[in-house]
Amino acid sequence: MNWILLRTGRALLTLLLLIGFSFFVLSISGDPALSHLSADVDASAIDAFRRKWGLDLPLWQQFFIYVRGLFHGDFGMSYATGRPALEQIMAGMPVTVSLMLPTIFAAIGLGLPLGAFAAMRRGSTADRLTITLSVLALAVPNFLLGLMLMYVFSVHLGWIEPSGIVDWRSYLMPVATMALPMAAIFARFTRSAMLEILSHPMLDTARAGGLQPGRIKRAHVLPNIAVPLVTITALEFGHLFTAAVVAESVFGWPGTGRLLIDSVASRDFAVVQAILLLTGTTMILANLLADIAYGAIDPRVRDQRRRRVKA
Amino acid sequence: MKHMPPLIRISFGAVILLAFCAVFAGVLAPYPTDELDLLNRFAPPVFIGGSADHLLGTDSLGRDLLSMVLRGIQVSLTVAVIGTIGGAILGTTLGLLSAWFEGWVEAVIGIMIDFQATIPNLILALALLTILPQANLLVFILVMTVYGWERYARLARALCLQAKGQAYVQAQQVLGASAARIVLRTILPNFMAVIVVNMSINFPSTILLETTLSFLGIGIQPPDTSLGVLIGQGREQLYNAPWTVLVPGAVILVATIAISLIGDWARDRIEME
Repeated sequence: MNWILLRTGRALLTLLLLIGFSFFVLSISGDPALSHLSADVDASAIDAFRRKWGLDLPLWQQFFIYVRGLFHGDFGMSYATGRPALEQIMAGMPVTVSLMLPTIFAAIGLGLPLGAFAAMRRGSTADRLTITLSVLALAVPNFLLGLMLMYVFSVHLGWIEPSGIVDWRSYLMPVATMALPMAAIFARFTRSAMLEILSHPMLDTARAGGLQPGRIKRAHVLPNIAVPLVTITALEFGHLFTAAVVAESVFGWPGTGRLLIDSVASRDFAVVQAILLLTGTTMILANLLADIAYGAIDPRVRDQRRRRVKA
Repeated sequence: MKHMPPLIRISFGAVILLAFCAVFAGVLAPYPTDELDLLNRFAPPVFIGGSADHLLGTDSLGRDLLSMVLRGIQVSLTVAVIGTIGGAILGTTLGLLSAWFEGWVEAVIGIMIDFQATIPNLILALALLTILPQANLLVFILVMTVYGWERYARLARALCLQAKGQAYVQAQQVLGASAARIVLRTILPNFMAVIVVNMSINFPSTILLETTLSFLGIGIQPPDTSLGVLIGQGREQLYNAPWTVLVPGAVILVATIAISLIGDWARDRIEME
């Protein structure tokens, strides 16, 4: 159980660093008293405002108030709209999630069979082609892939409206933009995970025992790659959100990713800080859960960690 | 080098050509990048029927695309090279420090590594660019430096820890060599190759990050240009002047694909050894 505590402790420290950094982002935006009140109010009104929001307190107490606010869902006010930052982020979430969900399914649906196929025929032309294609897909910037799709399907062929949400076909280009590089990651990962298991002695035993190749795959190979696959899917959330930021900007979708870019450009600190906190916390949790899941299922991982801690 | 596959040879050729363009952009450019030719707006490139005055055509202001792309290559590659080298130096230094001193130094650097590795790079870069001055090339290069340092730190830390347990390092300690001498002169040269390969793997991602930020309007700012800025400006003309997107796009593709292939090939060779 020691290693779980150790990992949780590290995750909590990372979270603390994230909150500290977010607090820094928010507090560097200047004195909210001066940006929220008009220039001609007298000094006593400014003092009252500062007292009301705790701005006259020492910094560590302000940090404490900030953290307490986070637990109550208070992520600060958007400088641009005067509404809570969280409310704006949540308003964009349905659009962003509607892009992220089909992307995950498309990426796994494309990457997993490709990677498995390549691993079964290691060293063949199909294998080398898969590797080369995945290098290509990862080397193309998302925004460029999006614009190339737009050029081919909207400008050249005129099949799909270039931007905005018109009908179900509007999803095709943004989802393809987001899913192709991710499919490449899944293909590579599946390939190397499969190769590792295919070289395992237990498969020789299974073959020697006369098991059908199809049954070996179902009973021995697939269960063994399922676990790492689930964890890497969780860890891909960061890539997924980043891809959504770019795709929403290219195709003009009104989601949280677009909001982030607009907020950075207009220096809307509260919104940027809130998105940073939310994505960061999600990633820290995903990493922790992946670590624990790995260790719980595979004791070798646990021992390795313990050894490394000693060294 | 005899067994270099043809694809890798082509990739090396492309990288050398791009580096040549970057170094001599000012000499090669037929026009100044700020020269407007308003009578010649949206001139197509010569290979789809344009005149030889503008080999790669012109943009919405009649600026010569070839000259702009050359400048874009120069800026994008310079930012990526400095960013990659900076990240390698920063990460390797922190990794070596954490491995040599252990204790609380290792703990603090460990948390910094965890932080950098868990928070998505683009989001972190965007947060930094919210609080830092945006139209500043130096600041932008610094943000690029921060990208990817944790991989060097992890590598350097692991390799240095491994070396510390070995006889040749312990012998030097017994002989009274200083810590700096042992780490920099004895341990570091042993895994320089690994660091360099990691740089070639990181380099395309740095180009990707720079062009993405510039494309989104948060990186390099006009009037200066980069490959990402050019595409950001060209996207409005995707219908009537698609070459303003496709030409700089093709250059980015050639650069990132060639360097990725070289990086992959180099890593496979290192792993074999």
